[in-house]
Amino acid sequence: MLLENLSNAFGPSGSEDEVRRLLARALRDKVDDLQTDALGNLIAFKKGTGPEPRMKVMVDAHTDEVGLMITRIDKDGLLGFRAIGGVDARLLMARGVIVGEKRLPGVITAPPIHLTKPEQRQQIAKIDQLAIDIGASSADEAKGLVKMGDYAAFDTRFEVLNEEGLRTVKGKAFDDRMGCAVAAALADGKYAVDLYLSFSAQEETGLRGARVAAYRIEPDLAFALEGTICDDMPKDKDVSPTTELGKGPAISIMDRSFVADQRLVRLLVNQAEANGIPYQFKQPGTGGTDAGAIHLSKAGVPSVAVSVPSRYIHSPVSVASLNDFDNTVALMKAALLALPGAWN
Amino acid sequence: MKELIKKLTEPYGPSGREEQIRAIIRAEVESFADEIRVDTMGNLIALKKGTGQGKKMMLAAHMDEIGLIISHVDENGFLRAQGIGGVDPMTMSGGRVQFADGTVGVLAPEKRPEFRKEPDLAKLYIDVGATSREEAAARLGQAVGFLRPFTDMGQRVVAKAMDDRIGCVVLVETMRRLKISPHDLYFVFTVQEEVGLRGAQTGAFGVEPDIGIAVDVTIAADTPEAPKMAMKLGQGPCVKVKDGRMLAHPGLKDLLINTAEANEIPYQLEVLAWGSTDAAAMQLSRGGVPAGCVSIPCRYIHSPSEMVDIGDVENAVKLLLALLANPIEI
Repeated sequence: MLLENLSNAFGPSGSEDEVRRLLARALRDKVDDLQTDALGNLIAFKKGTGPEPRMKVMVDAHTDEVGLMITRIDKDGLLGFRAIGGVDARLLMARGVIVGEKRLPGVITAPPIHLTKPEQRQQIAKIDQLAIDIGASSADEAKGLVKMGDYAAFDTRFEVLNEEGLRTVKGKAFDDRMGCAVAAALADGKYAVDLYLSFSAQEETGLRGARVAAYRIEPDLAFALEGTICDDMPKDKDVSPTTELGKGPAISIMDRSFVADQRLVRLLVNQAEANGIPYQFKQPGTGGTDAGAIHLSKAGVPSVAVSVPSRYIHSPVSVASLNDFDNTVALMKAALLALPGAWN
Repeated sequence: MKELIKKLTEPYGPSGREEQIRAIIRAEVESFADEIRVDTMGNLIALKKGTGQGKKMMLAAHMDEIGLIISHVDENGFLRAQGIGGVDPMTMSGGRVQFADGTVGVLAPEKRPEFRKEPDLAKLYIDVGATSREEAAARLGQAVGFLRPFTDMGQRVVAKAMDDRIGCVVLVETMRRLKISPHDLYFVFTVQEEVGLRGAQTGAFGVEPDIGIAVDVTIAADTPEAPKMAMKLGQGPCVKVKDGRMLAHPGLKDLLINTAEANEIPYQLEVLAWGSTDAAAMQLSRGGVPAGCVSIPCRYIHSPSEMVDIGDVENAVKLLLALLANPIEI
């Protein structure tokens, strides 16, 4: 399954080649043009069947995941590192990681519980107190295997947790390999509009790839696809989760990075209701997506974000529902097929 | 002028939901504009063509106000919200808000003693009089603005959303009274300033001006225990020197000062410790734009009762009219 391969692929921000290669292979025969730009955005173009001038629709998903970068090699062969993107430092101790171009397995250090005082266990180790152990016993040995600036990603294999019901799956980087897989699935369709699937780089470090891609593409409309926050665990009080597993694709109305174009929100809601596709609204106010960069491109681009709810994003392992994934693909296909007629 | 201020400050228009106020402003300016359009983000752009040989100027004031967006409807029909722009929970307890459809809500805190000690948006809720989740369910994702009446205190006037409907008033009045100008004047009533100068960014890209001037409010630091800044109510409109995100183009700043002095218009210099305006976004558009700002001193900014001096507003209009009547070299 492409989603599985994408989730397993190595791709912290700035080092997305493996993800790009997978996508290029999957899309080569389904699109009219494939290009990679200066920032590493992979842009797949599908010419529309409608009469000219055709509407240009950009569908964006980012290829990068949060990860780590090696910043120093200690004399004992341990590797110091920093975060790339919003990595939660609480979730690092004792994690398995994959390091560098050789894809070496490593472990992030943690002192054994026997040796820690109770007060120490209360504190969260800061990133500069942690190191990656690749099993080297000296700096020289380590230098033969890795170098400064090498990337590390979480070592998590994709797995199906449940074949029935919600069809839950676990894996790393659902933010945003979920979005990439949805976008790739759209390449099968036939649309009246010109479709630009932008598999954007470096979102986690500041929406950087999308900014550049949108400038070049000059779309009339844009959809950003994400794997987004799903914090639907039991709570004491009656508060809304950001999204809920199993309730369908989550449409963004507003987040920290943008106000969604109301017409696009309406288009998605109408298509969901007309086609019996479950949907939810992402709770307004939290997070940011590539839509934040795209909508401000040049003289402005009407934009909206659609997300697959994913528990525990930005951690080593996420959980999502394939039902939500399928419904997100269905909703996006319906929306694209309704264009340009349904716009305005 | 006071009727216009009332007309423009009372309507609904939080960032991203500016349709209603835009329609009202459009009706005010349509007859003075040679061309009028709404761009992709929702900015209202009204062009007054010049006699020729002048500059292409963008004059910006933002239509949006701060507000709240409903993020949760609880089982009893009470609403929870997140902020739109720089809202201050301290100004909210016991206040009223309005929805786009005119529905009114009351802002109330949980546990008052705790809220008194530490005002927190997460501990506020909005009561629209619903008695169940079903009754209020459709409110999820809707935005609200403060609900307050405009008040005429004589020399001073008070309203919510003086930031920046008073800037819009200044632009409308300038358009109304402007007789002749060498410059092509793009009066741009922008959207989404409060959430990041977003309308001005894309608006400036589309207009491609030679010069950009924003009209916005600035802090009047003449109240008890105010931070030490120079701006005061009633001493004239401010020529912005610097704020949190912009150094005004020195030539443009000097031109505004010289114009004020030559026309005996009172003015103040503004050095603002924090905050920013649409001018900062215009300045960084494309290859860069000489940008400046004329600011209306305002007390209690980002509260539901913002206060300005009518004389300052009048003089801001006079300053712009004097500036725009003549050729500009900076």
